[in-house]
Amino acid sequence: MNAVLKFLVALVALTAALNVFAAADLEVNTPGVNAIKQSMQARHAQLAGHYTSGAVGLTADGLIALRDAGAVPLAQRQAVNALVAAENNDRNALYAEIANVNGHPEWQAEIRSTFAQRWIQRAQPGWWVQSGGGWKQK
Amino acid sequence: MKNVWIPVIFAAFALSACVTINIYFPAAAAEKAADKIIEEVWQTPKPAANQPDVKEIK
Repeated sequence: MNAVLKFLVALVALTAALNVFAAADLEVNTPGVNAIKQSMQARHAQLAGHYTSGAVGLTADGLIALRDAGAVPLAQRQAVNALVAAENNDRNALYAEIANVNGHPEWQAEIRSTFAQRWIQRAQPGWWVQSGGGWKQK
Repeated sequence: MKNVWIPVIFAAFALSACVTINIYFPAAAAEKAADKIIEEVWQTPKPAANQPDVKEIK
């Protein structure tokens, strides 16, 4: 009987310990996350100029948007729209992937809002970011 | 005599299992993870990566 008791106590302690460990960190170093990251990194070379020109801005929901189509020559407009759409696909996939690999799909909204804040905070001077419903230049 | 403890232990186990399911969102870890990914995607220089640490001290 003592052995059963000890086993159960150990089980409770283990569950509690796992709980603490699971809360302490967020796993982002997985093949899925890395693939999305690399795709975004490659695309950034094309997007950077549009952030600087103000054609594309960072939205409050962790995505990007075409905010000033006039800043893009007509001939390039379709390409920029495609870039924005592809980037937003990757970003949505990234937030979902991080939530899923950490075993908490329900965290997706919180991960998205954390990213939204960090993208905006780390945006370079001159870039446009969404704040309080409107666009603001950093 | 010891049988009294068995339900207590089971209750504690059930309770800790509940806590595990309703785990809270690790906001600080998420911020750190976001910064790491943003740094790599935007290729921002290392000094910018230290900004959140400076903020935490404040």
